[in-house]
Order: sequence, then structure tokens, then C-alpha cells
Amino acid sequence: MSPGEAILSRAATLRSEFGAELSDHVAESFFTEASAITRDTVQREGERGRMTLDRTIDRVLTSRALGFPVMFLMLWGVFWITIAGANYPSSLLAWLTMDVIHSWLHTAADAILLPAWLSGFLLDGVYLAMAWVLSVMLPPMAIFFPLFTLLEDLGYLPRVAFNLDRLFKWSGAHGKQVLSMMMGYGCNAAGIVSTRIIDSPRERLIAILTNNFSICNGRWPTLILIGTIFLGASAPAGMATLIASASVVFTCILGIIFTLLVSAILSRTWLRGQASTFSLELPPYRPPRILQTLWTSLIDRTLIVLWRALVMAAPAGAVIWLTSNIEIGDTSIAGHLVNLLGPLGWLMGLNGVILLAYVVAIPANEIIIPTILMLTLTLSITDPSLTGMASAGVMVEFEEGTIQRVLSLGGWTMLTAINLMLFCLLHNPCSTTILTIWKETRSLRWTAVATLMPLALGGIVCTATATIARLMGWV
Amino acid sequence: MSAMTLDQLPQGKVAVVQSLTIQGELRRRLMDLGFVPGAQVEVEMRNPLGDPRAFRVMGSVVALRREQAAGITIALSEESR
Amino acid sequence: MSANPEIHSSVSLRSCEKCPLHNAANLRRLGVNTVGFDHVVALLGNPNTGKSTVFNALTGLRQHVGNWTGKTVARAEGAFHHRGRTFKLVDLPGAYSLFSSSHHEEIARDFVLFGQPDVTVVVVDATRLERNLVLVLQALEITDRVVVALNLMDEARRHAIEIDVRALSRRLGIPVVPMAARQGEGIPDLLRAIEEIVSGAFVPHPRQVNHQSESLERALSDLVPQIEAEFPHLPNARWVALRLLDGDHSIIQAIREGTLGNVDQMERRAMPSLNRPGLIEET
Repeated sequence: MSPGEAILSRAATLRSEFGAELSDHVAESFFTEASAITRDTVQREGERGRMTLDRTIDRVLTSRALGFPVMFLMLWGVFWITIAGANYPSSLLAWLTMDVIHSWLHTAADAILLPAWLSGFLLDGVYLAMAWVLSVMLPPMAIFFPLFTLLEDLGYLPRVAFNLDRLFKWSGAHGKQVLSMMMGYGCNAAGIVSTRIIDSPRERLIAILTNNFSICNGRWPTLILIGTIFLGASAPAGMATLIASASVVFTCILGIIFTLLVSAILSRTWLRGQASTFSLELPPYRPPRILQTLWTSLIDRTLIVLWRALVMAAPAGAVIWLTSNIEIGDTSIAGHLVNLLGPLGWLMGLNGVILLAYVVAIPANEIIIPTILMLTLTLSITDPSLTGMASAGVMVEFEEGTIQRVLSLGGWTMLTAINLMLFCLLHNPCSTTILTIWKETRSLRWTAVATLMPLALGGIVCTATATIARLMGWV
Repeated sequence: MSAMTLDQLPQGKVAVVQSLTIQGELRRRLMDLGFVPGAQVEVEMRNPLGDPRAFRVMGSVVALRREQAAGITIALSEESR
Repeated sequence: MSANPEIHSSVSLRSCEKCPLHNAANLRRLGVNTVGFDHVVALLGNPNTGKSTVFNALTGLRQHVGNWTGKTVARAEGAFHHRGRTFKLVDLPGAYSLFSSSHHEEIARDFVLFGQPDVTVVVVDATRLERNLVLVLQALEITDRVVVALNLMDEARRHAIEIDVRALSRRLGIPVVPMAARQGEGIPDLLRAIEEIVSGAFVPHPRQVNHQSESLERALSDLVPQIEAEFPHLPNARWVALRLLDGDHSIIQAIREGTLGNVDQMERRAMPSLNRPGLIEET
């Protein structure tokens, strides 16, 4: 027997002599000591008063009558403020980067005699894609992230986990899956890593497979934009922002419903097993430090996400420019691909352009909308007043009303908009997230499931809504 | 004084942990969180759907599902009986 | 007199300590540049005690902080320079206990036990001292070189909780530094306490918990020599023996595989594989 085994067998013998009391005894002796020290060194005067305030807030936030409505209103409020506040700065940034600076860059390129194909590639492809991302994403993120971080600092998120736990228990998932879901609202890759707080491998896998139903940074701007220009614009004046934010909230809640349903199905089929335990500490509320929150969420989240988007947007812009400008036969490569994907797009109530955009945007969800707009402009537009503004492969800036006009000319209807929002929720994770899933699971099979399952769900749901809408004669 | 488990503790009453009937990893976890014999517990709040409930123990608020709370034997403390 | 723990006990609210110029005079934040350090400092603590805030204040990094369990799931490293010494600072995942029951608690425990940090700073929530002290006492079972960062003193004041820091330090036998890390209060005192431990100016006389069990002591005196013979570099065989008597699976596994004491290997082991056959049938 090796020395290691000898130690182990000796320990096992001693352990069986003691029985279970030993570990309890050791654990208790620490608490006895801690209690004695605390008794001698801590005085609590008027503690009850403050604790009562925390308790009152908690009882309201988790009460039968108000628990869920408050969660809903809180979410709605956050998006309302985001959409209402991002509007003006977005158009200002768009004007600045895509109008003023873009034309200035072109003038400069002409001045140094840059060949037209190179300035087209660099300025109309790479630069415009990045400018698009900047003006569409920066303002909503600069408002949304600080608000979300404030809720987080305050200690509200564990209360949400507490409120939702009953539902997660029903679905056979771990209570802490809600926490990884919350992380997913920032970034799915981070959400996947945070599933490490779940000890049971079965429940951790469920949390990983469903994390993509948490809408990430890259997808919020798409939802906010489509919600604003289609659903908001179709609402009566004055209600636009309310309806737009409600549509985003609805998509988010739909994500939670999918998380619960898919978790329930997985824990009753493939990943069968008992719901394990749930013990979660609810930390005391702490008054948020507002300025510090604004600052750190700007640095931590907004700028990091923006940087990632810009880095991804540059090559994507280049790819779009190239595929739109290189022709095979008398149609560009992009045109061929769109025609190929067209029938499937139609079936799903989308179109070929959107599906191609989702292929281009696998590295980063952030660039979906710019890609769609540019492809739509170059391929579908026949209106001379618009084509005059856009040469092939150029992302051009438009006022919000004009974005809708472009998309309508590209054959968009309300169904397209709603299904795009649904598909935005239900499609494959971005490449970073897929890589993270692989790193965390080390399993090709589970990585494939996590990638393809949401995509399949998106196909099914979008096809269903499109078919219903067509049968009912709504479109 | 009848034996009672933590899931039966009514709101507003204070109790003292007597023992843990639960075994294994979770026993350890509950002890780490402060559910040790002699610790005072009270119900802090319950979730809108009734379960889980959150308990105040060792100055913290800890949420437990009913099944876990049922593994903790308690006795109502003198003052709240 | 610097060996006196009581010098750390005064609540420091002097405004100059919060001034960046004052801190900058002694503290140089080195971010992620952890090459060529003189000492290793581990940050241990219950979840939600502000470990990451302390980490950020010392290193100038911006580990994400959030008021909820599990924000830090792996260890984060950074560095700072203070009065001629370079320190590597390791932010450990929040742990309720070193008698680990979860994988990220194992990471914290393995580092304190086998990573042999020069100083272990236990960040403690002043408003929930009792439960937090359990972790301090457990840490003292593993290492003498502990500093308690009594954080969230601002919250304690808000809740009208008064703590006799002097008495606490005396009872534990180690420095206790009152802090409000979010406000930057107490950072200079923490740095001084860390410095005094590594320089040997302060020799801790930690309080060991008396388990009050003769049979336990007998069992330990049986096992400890065997473990010391087999693993001569282990910093704390008594603690390993205690864990073996408790049937700690990860320690048993580590002895069997000969990885006991190798932090990196043990950390890799701590994450359960999601790719093993039989997972699906597991209940």
C-alpha cells in the first residue's frame, strides 16, 4: 500500500469510530467561539430600526400582490428611460460620424489620391460599419448599463432570484440559475462562466444551455431600435415610447418563459434528475453610490462592449463591402446568397437579407441592424431618391423615419419587425459565447446543442407566427 | 414543547435551531450559512408564490426552499411562545 | 510599539487619508502586472463583504463588483507597490467556509492552504460579524498570518452597530483594520498592517479554537505525523488531518492522486467535468 493510501485508510478507520458527530462538533465549535467574541465586542443600539426598514422594503418587493408587478414596472421603467433618452444623442452621433466626418474623410482620401476601390473599402465599408455601431449602440448603452448597475448595487437582483425561484423549481432547475441568467443580460459568455456557482453538473448544464435566452448587450440595441421604429411608430402619438419599451420588456419576459420551458423539458428528458437544493443569501440593501456607478459602468460595460462591437464591426463592414461589390454573373455574391436564403426567410416571416445578416453577425450580434440596412439598401431598393444616396456596399446614415422607409421598401411589414425581434431572442449564440460554452463543458455535443437548439427554436417560432399571421390575413 | 421543523415556523415568531436532520453536502452548507444548533431564526419574508421563504439567521437573510427548511428541527424560543 | 495590534484599532476618518495624494505617496497600483513580486496577499471573505472593492482599491483594477453572491467565480490577480515592496494580490471567490461545500469555495480554500500566501486578508462585514468571524477563525486554523479587514464600517454606523475594534483585535490576536472600502477609508491602515506582517514587525498570536474533544485530539496526533512524513512541504498538516476525519472528498482525491499541495492542479480538479459519461443518468 502506498503511503497516501495508508493515511487514507487510517483516516477512514478513525472516521468510522467518530461517526457523523465529529464534523458537526468541529463546525459548531467555530460558531460557539464566534458568538462569544461577538457578544463581547459588538453593541447594537437601535439596530432594529434600520433593519425594520430593510425588512419593510423586502416585504413589499416580494409580496404576493406587488412582487411581480414591481419587477415588471422596474424593467419597463428602465427601458422607457433608455429609449426616451437615447433618441436625440443617437441621431446627433449619427449625423456627426456618418455625415460630417465621413464626407470629411472622403475629401481627405481624394486629396491624397487614394484609389477609389481602397477608399470605398476603408471608408464606406470598414469606417461606416464602425460609425453605425457607435451611434446606434453608445447612447442606449450609456443609459441602460448604469441603470442596471444601480439595481445591481442596491441588491435588487437577488430579490428577483428569490421571487422567481418557485418557477425555476418547477422547471427542475437550480435556484441560482436566475443569477447566471442575470449575468447573461450583460453578456452570455459571462453568464456561462457564472454558472460555476451551480454545483450540480446536471443543473449547471441546464443553466448553460438556456443562458442564450437572456438578451445580451449585443441584442438590446437591435430590440430597442426595431421596437422604436416599427412598434413605437405605429402607436398613437405620445404612446410611442411606452409601446416601444413595452415591446422590449415583452421580448425579455418571453426569454424568461423560454428559459423555464426549455429547462423543464431538459430536466424531464435528457437531463433528468431531482431539483437540488436552494440556499441563497439575500444581502442587505446598500445605498448605491450614484456617481461611482455611472463612472464604473461607463468604463466596465459601455466602453468594453462598444470596443468589442467596433472591433467586430470593422471586418464585418469589410466583408459586406466585398460581397456586395464582387459580382458573379451579373449579381453580387451577397445578392446570390440573399436569393438562396430568400425562401427560408419568407417561410419564417423574415427575408433573405436578415438571414444573411445573421450569418455575417455570428462574431457579434451588435452589427445586425447595420448589416441588414446596408444589404437592404444595396439589394432591394429601387427608389432612385434613396439609391442616389447609397452606392453599392455603403452603409448610409438615415434619420429614424428614413430607416423605416428603407426597410419598407425592402419589403418589410409589421410581421418582419416582430419576427426579427423574436429571432433576435431565439438564435444561435455569438462566436465568443460558443467558444466559452466549449471551454466550460469541454463537450462538442453540448456545445452543439447550446448552439443549434435556440436556432431551431427561432426557426419554429418565427415560422409559426408567420404562418398564423398569413392564415389570419394580417399581412 | 413539540418538535417542529423550520418550514413550519410562523411569521413573527422566533425559534432556536435544535438539530439538522438533513445529511451530506447540504448539511455542511446549511451550517456554513449559520443554521447551527443554538442559532436564533425567524421568518423574514416569503416569495410571492409562497415558497421559498427567507430566514434571518446570524444577522443575514437566507432563502431556503421548503424541502431544505424541513431538514432543520427548531423549538420556539421562550419570548415568542 | 508597532507590534501592538491596538495601533490598528482607531477608526480612521481623517480626511487626508481619503485624499488620493496621500494614498499615492505610498501606494502604487500596478494593475495586472504581477511579474516579479516580493509577497503574495490573498483576499478571503464571505460573499458580499466587499472583497472586490478592496481588490480594486489596492490594484487600480476594475474587477466587477456587485451586491450579490457569486460575482467572482474564479480567482483574480493584481499587484501593487507599497513602500519598497511589490505585492501580488489574489482576489478569491466568496466563501462562507473553508470546510468547503462548493467548488468555488474549494478554490478559495486551496489557495489559502496550499498557495501559501504571505498574508491572508479576511474581509469581514462589520454588520454581520458573528457569521463572518467563523471564516476568520477557520483561516486561523490554517495560517497565523491573517489580517482582518473589518469592512462596511459605514454600514455598521448607519445601523448603529458599535464594534470594539481594540478588543476584537486582542481576542483574535491579529490586526483588525476598520474600513469602508467603497469610500476609500482604511486602505492606508490595511497597507500598514500587511506590511507589518510581512516585515515581521508584528507577530500574530492567533486565537486557536479549542475543539474540546480529547478523542479528536488523539485522532489528530495519530494522523498528523503520518501526513507530515508523506507531504513534508505542507504548511498545515493538522488542518488536512481534520479534513480527512471529516471525509472531505477533494482532499482524499488529492492525496490519492499525489496533487495535494499543488494549487493549480487542485484548482483544475475543482471544476467538475460536464463531459463525462453517466452525467445524464445522474440524479
